This record gives sequence, C-alpha cells and structure tokens, in this order.
Amino acid sequence: MEYSNIEQNISGWGNYPIIKSRVLPIYSKKNIRLKGHSLIARGLGRSYGDSALSKLIADMTPMDRFLSFDDNHGAIRCQAGVSLRAILSIIVPNGWFLPVTPGTKFITVGGAVAADIHGKNHHIEGSFCDYVNSFKIMIGNGEIIECSPENNSDLYFATCGGMGLTGIILDVSFRLKSIKGEVVKVKTIRTGNLEDTLNVFEENKSVTYSVSWIDCLKKRKHLGRSHVMLGEHYDDKNKSYGSESKINIPFYTPSLLLNKYTIKAFNTVYYHSQLKKISENCIHYEPFFYPLDALGNWNRLYGKKGFFQYQFVLPFSVGLNGIKRVMTEIVKSGQGSFLAVLKTFGKENNNLISFPMAGFTLALDIKYNQNALKLFDHLDNMIVEMGGRHYLAKDARMSAKTFKATYKNWKKFQEVRQKYNALGVFSSNQSRRIGLD
Amino acid sequence: MDKILIIGATSAIAEACARKFATGEKSLFLYGRDKKRLNEIGKDLSVRGAKKVFVDTFKAEDHLGQAYKMIENAISKLNDFDTAVLAHGILPDQKKCEHSFAQTQKVLSINFLSMVSYLTVLGEYFKKRNGGNIIVISSVAGDRARKSNYIYGTSKGALSLFCDGLRSRLYKDNISVLTVKPGFVDTPMTAAIESKGVLWVKSATVANDIIKGIKNEKTVIYTPWFWKWIMLIVRLIPRWVFNKLSL
Repeated sequence: MEYSNIEQNISGWGNYPIIKSRVLPIYSKKNIRLKGHSLIARGLGRSYGDSALSKLIADMTPMDRFLSFDDNHGAIRCQAGVSLRAILSIIVPNGWFLPVTPGTKFITVGGAVAADIHGKNHHIEGSFCDYVNSFKIMIGNGEIIECSPENNSDLYFATCGGMGLTGIILDVSFRLKSIKGEVVKVKTIRTGNLEDTLNVFEENKSVTYSVSWIDCLKKRKHLGRSHVMLGEHYDDKNKSYGSESKINIPFYTPSLLLNKYTIKAFNTVYYHSQLKKISENCIHYEPFFYPLDALGNWNRLYGKKGFFQYQFVLPFSVGLNGIKRVMTEIVKSGQGSFLAVLKTFGKENNNLISFPMAGFTLALDIKYNQNALKLFDHLDNMIVEMGGRHYLAKDARMSAKTFKATYKNWKKFQEVRQKYNALGVFSSNQSRRIGLD
Repeated sequence: MDKILIIGATSAIAEACARKFATGEKSLFLYGRDKKRLNEIGKDLSVRGAKKVFVDTFKAEDHLGQAYKMIENAISKLNDFDTAVLAHGILPDQKKCEHSFAQTQKVLSINFLSMVSYLTVLGEYFKKRNGGNIIVISSVAGDRARKSNYIYGTSKGALSLFCDGLRSRLYKDNISVLTVKPGFVDTPMTAAIESKGVLWVKSATVANDIIKGIKNEKTVIYTPWFWKWIMLIVRLIPRWVFNKLSL
C-alpha cells in the first residue's frame, strides 16, 4: 500500500484551513511509509486547526485493536487508533473511567497523548499523559522504540504533548481510575460576573470536576457571568439515567445562522435557563463530560467557511485583572462566541511542549472572519506579555514568534527531534507555521 | 447464537462482525492465514467482551481433505457451535487472470470451491444438530459479470448461486443461509483502488447490516441497502448495451 495518488480535501474540526493531502490508511505498522518529509499521523481529526494536516497523512484510525485490559488493577494497553468512546464502552461497565477526559470522546488514544489532553479535573488530577505508563513509537528511521518516564525518557517527554512531531505512536499503555457508578452529582452555580465566577472556583478547588460556561458577550458589570458546574462521580444505583442520544447536523448551515445577534440571544436564554442560583442534580456521565457529542457534526453549524477555537492559559499571578483585560478586548471586538469555557489548571508536568500550566484557561469559538484574525493577533500579544500560552490542539493561526516566546522548551524539543530522526520526516502545517520545521 | 465459527477472520468485514459478536459475549473460533494477526484479533475480542476465543491458521487453497478436520477442530474447542461466518476471499488482478488459467483457477479455488468444501461439511454438521446459521460473504460483483472484473465476479456469482440452492435444501432442517452482498467497502483488500467516492463505506457499516440481517432472518442482503437497486438496474441493462459500456 502506498499513499493515494489522489489528493483529498482535509481539514481539522474548525474546517479552517482546508488543504489537499495524500492519505494512507494504517492497518498495522507494516503499512507505514516514511517517505522523506511532510508526514503527520492523524486520528479522528478533532484538533481544530492544522495540527494533523500535512502533505502526507498517516491515518491511524484503522489501527484500533485492544491489546490488553487488566480489570483488577485498571490498566489498558491498546493501539493508537482506538477511540476514547470504544474504551469507555468497555471500562465503564467494569467500574473504571478515564483518568482524564476532554470534552469529546471521539478522539484516539494516540491523539490524546500527542496533545496531552486535559479535562475538567486538571487542577487536581493533571493531564492524560500523567497516566501513561509507556508507549511504542515509530521514529524517523523506521525503528520502533518503547518509551516510559524511565526508559528513553527524553523521547517520552517530547512525545507527550508533542503533537505527533516526534514520530508515529503505535500503541499506548495507561492507567484508569476507579468509579462507583455511571452517574455524576452536579452542582450548578449561576454567577453574575467574572469575580464571582473566580471566587466560586477558589471556594470549590477541592471538587474533582469543575468548569464554567461563560457568556462572552456581556459587558461591564455582567462581564464574565456564567454557570459554574461542579461534579463528582457518584453511585446512584436506584435510578437509570439516559445516555447516548444523538441528533446529527447533516449539512453545513448558512454561516449567517450564527451571528452576533443569534449568539447573544442563545447565551441570554442559556444563562437564565437555570432559575435558582444554585441547583443540584444527578446526571449520567455522558451529558456531563460530553455535552456536544450528542450533536453530531456540530462544527457544521459554523458554515462552510469554518471557525477558530482560541484557547489559552494565563498564570494565576495575573489573576482577575488579567482575564478581565482579555475578556474586555473580546467583548469590545464584537466577535461573538457561544458560551466560552473557563477552567482552572494545576501545575505543569515535565512534557516539553504540553499546554497546561497553573492558571486559568479560557476557550472560545469564533466564526471565521478577518476581524477575528486581527483580534487574535492583539490577544496573542497580551497573552505573551502576561506569561500565558496557547493550546496547539486548538490553534490554526498563531505565529512562530508567539509560540517560541511562550513555550520555553521548544529548543530542547527540537534537540530531541533531531536525536530521534524526526526532523525532515515528521511535520505538519502547524509545525511549519510555528517555526519548528 | 452463542458460539460462532469464523473462517477468514482476519478480513476487515469478518473482524468488524466479530467485534459485534464479542460485545454480545459470544465464544468464537477464528480461522485465518496470519497467526500473529489472529492472536492480536483474539486478544482484542477478549477485551471487547468475548467469552472465549480460539484461533488457528488455515489455507483455503488446501481445502481438499482439510475441511472436515478444520470444522471438527472448531466443534471440539467450542464444544459445539451454532453459527458459521465464511468471509475469506481474494480480489485478483483481473488482467493477470486473463492471461493465466493458473491464476484464474486459484481465484475460483479460494473464492468458490473452498467455500463449497466448508459449506458441505457445515451443512451436514448443522443437520445433525438440528439447526444452525450460516453467513456467507459474497459480493455485488457476482450479480452480473463485467469485463473489468468478471473472474472475481464469477467466483462470487457461483457462490451466491450455490448458497441459494443450499438454502432451499436446508430450509426444512432449521438451517438458515444468509448471503451477504457488499458493494464498495474500504478495506485492505480494496486499498489499491484509488478513487473512492460516495458509494464507499467502512467495514463497520457492513457489519451492522449483517447483524441486522441475521436478527431479521433475511436470506440475501445487499450492504449498504442501495446496492439492491443499483444492481437491479445493472442486471436489467440489455446485453447489447452492456457490451458497449466501459463497466
């Protein structure tokens, strides 16, 4: 099998940019062809920008077998193309859960390692790679190396969060967390402004899962009003709760559908949908962890031109004022965003270019347009100045200058890539844009 | 349907079906050519919920005199089984076959004759145990011979015809025979075909249709469904027109 001679149109989840690429489906490691340069591995394509885009793409999704499941100790070994969804379908009935899960279960384990994904529990439980015991990776000269924090550790800490730029991850061995039931006990607190929102996070910092859905269009005294959701796994044997319900967006909606006015209206309705200031209930883990998965292909709501996801972290040291500065800029620009998401992060790990660091992280969707690009450039400067950084798995347009100013270990990352023959073999549109290739 | 024999278990469609069976906690016996891949698939199915999984290698070209032993082996390991899926087959290089009877014979042997071998033994076995389910993976290519792939088409066409006859004979013995006719499926077998358009589906889709077909006690299914209508039209084209087409 060879890379197809016919190029396909491929994009990330934000549908921007769209490039032409030659794709090779990988059923086993024997299928992999390391053809010189511009090759990147790809999973389920949920990164928003161009992290999994390149001239040649190794589609890892067919390589999706489980290798072992230790039901007694909660450990799984599986090929890189296995999805979190497939894993959950097996582990949950056996009383286990993913130690860290992002907002969608439609990602592969290889992707989870490459982006060192985080969830609503980072402030206490860290990121996905913190639970990875080891993995096998094919490097630029075709050799297959087993990595762990103790074994080939330089390659381990470069690959975790390394956006596929060190090689092709083949299989991963990671730990699970034990849960008593499929239910999450949720407390939702409605806050009137950003200061209240941050106070709620502070008061509840020992709660395992916390996230807030912020109205990004309100100004001044209502700036940063939100719903903060606090959750814990719960054992409620009595009831049964609905799980996977699905509606699908079958086609791209006209991009006019989502504009400043409709988004404002939606945000207002959503904010007021909870009448009480504090409400508590139990829900199935599915809608708590994966609310958007119920809406298949929701990215199509942004129309054919696509959209940007802009996610960054600011250190705790800049505090309320730092976030206020950024949010005020966003509101001023009039760039509407549905329900931005705010979370807190715990301290960073040893992975060289992994995103999370102690602080506040904000993620917003903005429809593709020229003014959005201007806003992002402006925000980039503010974030660099305040000592923050951006999430590569969401980025579609950050400059090399911004990347290198905010990811202090990039030089060390490149040294590891050099050592393991990655340079000149593995690269993505993103890595070329941010000055790594 | 608790214990299932799968011949050609390393094929993409067979593996996709096996995963569905595994979720239902069935026990499986898998025959394939590649021992390493079989072991890997076996492990995967165990994780997905299969009760017991046994694997062994086989070569379809050597079916003569081997079919009985193969099936006896499965009966003994599984302690009887009630369902058999026959999924092995090759997609040949049509041009090579046009110049070489040896190549053509190989295709007919693997895709058709070996199937007949296994079906003969299975028919007798299921008769003895008063019931069973047989699922055979054929192809839409067997509905009409086209100049671009009639050797593959012939092998599958003969297979579908044989299954029709077998089904009629074994009906009163409480044995079902389901002929599955997939259209274009994106698998390692079709990897060399470059331009894959809207008609192409993944093996998981085909597996879903097969499970539905078994549940609804169908006799012949086209998967995906629209191939039934495409092939109806293809079959109705008069020969003098068909010969002029570049199909």
